[in-house]
Amino acid sequence: MSVIYLLISISIVVAIFFFVAFVRAVKTGQYDDDYTPSVRMLFDDELVKKASDEPIQMSEKQP
Amino acid sequence: MEVKNCFHCGLDLQKEDQIVFDEKVFCCNGCKTVYEIFSQNDMICYYDFEKSPGATPLDISGKYDFLDNESIVAKLLEFQEDSAAIVSLNIPHIHCSSCIWILENLQKLQEGISTSQVNFPQKKVRITYNPEVVSLKKIVHLLSSIGYEPYISLENYETGKNNVDRSLTYKLGLAFFCFGNIMLLSFPEYFEVKEFWLDTYKPFFRWLIFALSLPSFLYSASGYYVSAYKSIKSGLLNIDIPIALGIIIFFIRSTFDIIMDYGSGFFDSLTGLIFFMLLGKMFQIKTYSFLSFERDFKSYFPIAITRINTDFSEESVPIYDVEKGNRLLIRNQELIPVDGILISDKAEIDYSFVTGEAIPIAKKSGDKLFAGGKQIGKVIEMEVLHSVSQSYLTQLWSNDVFQKNVEQKHKSITDKVSHYFTPILLLIAFAGFGYWIFIDANIAFNVFTAVLIVACPCALALTAPFTMGNVLRILGKKKFYLKNALVIEQLAQVDTIVFDKTGTITTNKKSNISYEGITLSEDDLLVLKNVLRASNHPLSRMLYDFLPECKRILINDFEEITGKGIQAIVDGKQIKFGSADFVGKIEDNSIQQTSVHVKMNEVYLGKYIFNNQYREGLAELFEQLSVHYKIKVLSGDNEGERELLENILPKDTELIFNQKPEQKLEFIKKIQEEGSNVMMVGDGLNDAGALAQSNVGISISENVNVFSPACDAILDANEFKKLNYFLKLSQKSITTIKMSFALSILYNIVGLSFAITGNLLPLVAAIIMPLSTVTIVSFVTIVSNFYAKRLK
Repeated sequence: MSVIYLLISISIVVAIFFFVAFVRAVKTGQYDDDYTPSVRMLFDDELVKKASDEPIQMSEKQP
Repeated sequence: MEVKNCFHCGLDLQKEDQIVFDEKVFCCNGCKTVYEIFSQNDMICYYDFEKSPGATPLDISGKYDFLDNESIVAKLLEFQEDSAAIVSLNIPHIHCSSCIWILENLQKLQEGISTSQVNFPQKKVRITYNPEVVSLKKIVHLLSSIGYEPYISLENYETGKNNVDRSLTYKLGLAFFCFGNIMLLSFPEYFEVKEFWLDTYKPFFRWLIFALSLPSFLYSASGYYVSAYKSIKSGLLNIDIPIALGIIIFFIRSTFDIIMDYGSGFFDSLTGLIFFMLLGKMFQIKTYSFLSFERDFKSYFPIAITRINTDFSEESVPIYDVEKGNRLLIRNQELIPVDGILISDKAEIDYSFVTGEAIPIAKKSGDKLFAGGKQIGKVIEMEVLHSVSQSYLTQLWSNDVFQKNVEQKHKSITDKVSHYFTPILLLIAFAGFGYWIFIDANIAFNVFTAVLIVACPCALALTAPFTMGNVLRILGKKKFYLKNALVIEQLAQVDTIVFDKTGTITTNKKSNISYEGITLSEDDLLVLKNVLRASNHPLSRMLYDFLPECKRILINDFEEITGKGIQAIVDGKQIKFGSADFVGKIEDNSIQQTSVHVKMNEVYLGKYIFNNQYREGLAELFEQLSVHYKIKVLSGDNEGERELLENILPKDTELIFNQKPEQKLEFIKKIQEEGSNVMMVGDGLNDAGALAQSNVGISISENVNVFSPACDAILDANEFKKLNYFLKLSQKSITTIKMSFALSILYNIVGLSFAITGNLLPLVAAIIMPLSTVTIVSFVTIVSNFYAKRLK
């Protein structure tokens, strides 16, 4: 039953790991702007060519 | 006529005005050019995210010449090295996802820019570029050419990087971490199971909980100790004293319990309490990062100005370097940063930033120019009389009001309650202790601590933050932006309201125009309208909008004479249009009114008079307000409109004219000394002193992103008529807080009855604490939302 020492220690270590991750995220300013990233992720990475340039090709790129 | 909208900026179009390009219609060449730039660079999906997202680029030639000056550029940059520099630019036009997209793809438009990142809430773009390839001036020009002109003011000059204070986020995160883990670990204790293994591991669990509570106790709650210490030192009993006392007693008692093996202590409730209180603090801080409540003249003044040296060379110098006797060059739309004397022949100065008056004032050579005005029209030269800090307007900021910390002068409602709460609480604790000490010393100690723990006024401390936070959000949605939660309490206490006149109760958007003189025929109107088309003077624009629609005809010999008027020949008719002496009419100047005179073929026809247009719903608003408040109107103008105002406004409204900025401030001070709680509503920089001195300063703004002087609250000009509603709502939120106080005192009585009889078990505490928190929070949210809906 003394394995409980080990288990609880592990769980605390995991918790601390997440806490440190949180602190680092705050420090790098990830929570300063909570709107722009939500829009940014919807943009395409590459510029889309003019709509007249074979739209079929585009659909291949993004299946 | 079919109404179309400009493909780029969305402006309504009339058929004959539109420019067709690439099967799309545009309102002007500027918009078309932006479209061309985008289409040449395969960036037209700019128009896919949002319909007509753009802005018309404005003429900026010469405006950013100061960016050639290396030392000025260095002050603007966040980071600089040989091959990399970072700059953050404020761009007021940012408003939709298309804006984000185009600004984050700047590197495709300009070589040398490596990345750019938009911060939407702050309306800022952060650009990393290579200064060896591209200059900051070039980037600013690029941005301006695509309709995203950055806003660079004197304010940017000294603030380099400003550090964001994130300590509350850390504290909250840590408190939640401790709270969550402790809750899990204390679960076995809740069910008093007599089980061998659980009993064996009890000490381990308890000491682990103790260790976990330390960071929360020492770091997360540290703000309360500091605040309690400060308040004891200044002799005020604020709410943080019983909170800090409660937390400390909580901790000592729980530690004692573990050491003596009396029980598991109350660490779960303790950390939960700290977490919820910090959450309340967080909720109360609602910031509008795109607004600024601290703006002073620095936000409007340019960074640099063109100086003409003795050898007639032109040079951009930072405006702090401008000295008396210098000659300055002011271009169209440039702000005059210092007081001076006009050297050029004529100038038209728009003082709307200062007074709220939109119609420019004509100045002649030798006239005094005051800082804060904007030149409209041609380039002018002026000689400096005072340096920046000594100018007429900027001197206002050396007044004491701008130095002292305003936060301190108000005592919040929570503090007032705790003024009684703390002594009563201590009295009960000692009474309980005194009673039990004769029966059992052990229980006496327990009762004493339990009273302080259970009555630790968490519900009391949570009420105000959650109510205020909620009301702040409701008001923000209705375009009334408050600086912080304290403003709501101050609003509720207002008994006198002082309004500025120009720009505040009048609007500078449209003027009320009337015509006096010989009736004009339809042909005359047609001619007039077409002449006005060509003029860019604000009065011409207003009059153009006022005259009825008509077809276009050709104008010959159009000439605009700055400070006088316009003349043109249409169909052989000679037309003169402008000030009284321009058309050769002698007018008595005793009544100051803005008017434009019309002369056709040397015959004087009449004049258009521009009256101030009062804001919509003004009369009703004043009617409603005058029931509960004393109303006064302060104006920097002369008494010309006294009669008109007296007709519109309720009878007992006090009207005071000819007030200088300092006099406005003194006036507020005077009525405050008579014991009034004053709310000042103003708009221009000349109201800044009065806004700072008043208990609540509200600035009215047509465009909240760009312009508003330092104040406690910013009100969108279109919502002006709702002012009474806002005042009522803030009073109701105080009522809500009072009701919730009553509720939390009920909780305290229940809790105390457990505590005083010596029956406070950790389980009871663990139930009562979160339960009261949840009820209080939901109660205030529901009630304040209810009031916001029901009031009109």
